[in-house]
Amino acid sequence: MFALVDCNNFYASCERVFRPELRGKPIVVLSNNDGCVIARSNEAKRFGIPMGAAAYQYEKTFIENNIHVFSSNFALYGDMSSRVMSLLSSFAPEMEIYSIDEAFLKFEGCKYLNLQEYGLMIVKTVTKSTGVPISIGIANTKALSKVATRVAKKFPEKTGGVYLIDDDEKRIKALKWLPIEDVWGIGSRHAKRLNALGITKAYAFTQLPDEWVRKNMSVVGLRLKHELEGKLRLDLDTIKAKKNIATTRTFEKQYTEFEELRERISTFSVTCAEKLRRQGSCCNALMIFLHTNWFRKDLPQYSRNIVMQLPYPTNSSIEIARFAKEGLALIFKKGYQYKKAGVIVMDITPEVANQISMFENSNPKHRVLMDVVDRLNASIGQKKVKLASQALDRTWKMKQERLSPRYSTRLSEIITIYT
Amino acid sequence: MEALHPHKIPGLVILSVSTETKLDRPFIDQGISAGFPSPAQDFIDLSIDLNKELIQHPASTFFGRVKGNSMIDIGISNGDLLIVDKSLEATDGKIAVCYVDGEFTVKRLKVEKDCYWLLPENESYKPIKVTAENDFIVWGIVVFVIKAL
Repeated sequence: MFALVDCNNFYASCERVFRPELRGKPIVVLSNNDGCVIARSNEAKRFGIPMGAAAYQYEKTFIENNIHVFSSNFALYGDMSSRVMSLLSSFAPEMEIYSIDEAFLKFEGCKYLNLQEYGLMIVKTVTKSTGVPISIGIANTKALSKVATRVAKKFPEKTGGVYLIDDDEKRIKALKWLPIEDVWGIGSRHAKRLNALGITKAYAFTQLPDEWVRKNMSVVGLRLKHELEGKLRLDLDTIKAKKNIATTRTFEKQYTEFEELRERISTFSVTCAEKLRRQGSCCNALMIFLHTNWFRKDLPQYSRNIVMQLPYPTNSSIEIARFAKEGLALIFKKGYQYKKAGVIVMDITPEVANQISMFENSNPKHRVLMDVVDRLNASIGQKKVKLASQALDRTWKMKQERLSPRYSTRLSEIITIYT
Repeated sequence: MEALHPHKIPGLVILSVSTETKLDRPFIDQGISAGFPSPAQDFIDLSIDLNKELIQHPASTFFGRVKGNSMIDIGISNGDLLIVDKSLEATDGKIAVCYVDGEFTVKRLKVEKDCYWLLPENESYKPIKVTAENDFIVWGIVVFVIKAL
């Protein structure tokens, strides 16, 4: 069985931990440079502020409705994510960190475990320990666990934040409720197309013939259909949501040296950057993680992730690798045998949107250089053109007028407690 | 710098410290004695890591800075650093960081049937009664106080 754990309105929830008076109040969080809305609390969604909205266009809405606006504080969100993930890792033998606020847990050989109760216990523990509320969906495939999480989030009172799909009746009921565009892995293009065919709910999608799905939506679509039917197609770590691009590997051997991991992280960064360039987008934040072999209980265990907020959006291999290596240096600890590491690029924005600003951008020369690198690699067929270690010493300034304190990572910015 | 349990009578444990985030001090586990040195003395494998000693649950531990004097009788004074664990249960008698009507405050908890009492540890302050009327949460439990001398 898989459990998908999702933090509720994660960025807004992080802000609320240290500003409890904002519970139940509308909150939006802006992207780097305070450009556009990247997160909204449920209360803010009701004012019709779309995801990605340009902040200046909604300034009036913010003021008139008393909406609390924050610059993105990735030092805070990253640290809170780290706390949530480290708690979660103690609840299952295997875990996949899927994004800054989502993780899959895999329960195997846990037949006798009451998963509903276990889920409620996880929700209670994480929510109490970190102040960040979470929801959990449990099912026998990853795609269905995503569906179950939707149900848990939509009906918090009824479910207590946990929904278990453990029979066909529940599976069909959930799929009949879930709009097709909300299905994990169905992009807006496919959703539109299916809608045009009168397929508006996930259930109708699962009733399509396999052949049609394979022909029109490729094997990826077919795999998804099977997953929704309860047939196991995806193990941990196989596909990634569009909002994040991740490159992670389980190593064939265990690494102990910083230099070895630095090389891997550097390579992962280059792969992520290539994917970003291919789809014409940039990232604004990076998550780097590493952990030891969870199956080797005889060895000392260590697991850590860090989120680096980038001073400007970029898809340059050089820049992403540099920030990733900086992040790695911060979380690497000597004396452990590392089995897995990865780079996840997050907060993805289109490349064109970045051209407007003159001083706060990625090095424009890199774009040209990366074009050359990509073309060379494409023509040679293999990744022959690689990064040497390159130093970049430009300083950047970011517009972050509404940044909250780094409550959990800076001693000078911690909460004041009155007596 | 000293570290003390707020629940106990302040028994001081004096530790040498540095300003590094992680405090690793070589620690030689051998009483002072004259005479032939033990060969085991070369085997220095123990160290004091204050992160480990003072933070039992890293994922749920946060810090806060004290402002005010209502808790000075148990050694919590203005400017002290509180180590707060959110995972611990808010039971009767605990020193808790609470959020009451717009601000964080630290007090001793007295749990009653239909209300909480927030008890100061300073004679010149009065207990505060908290009912359903108040915007109130117990935010975390204080596990250590760190003060600069």
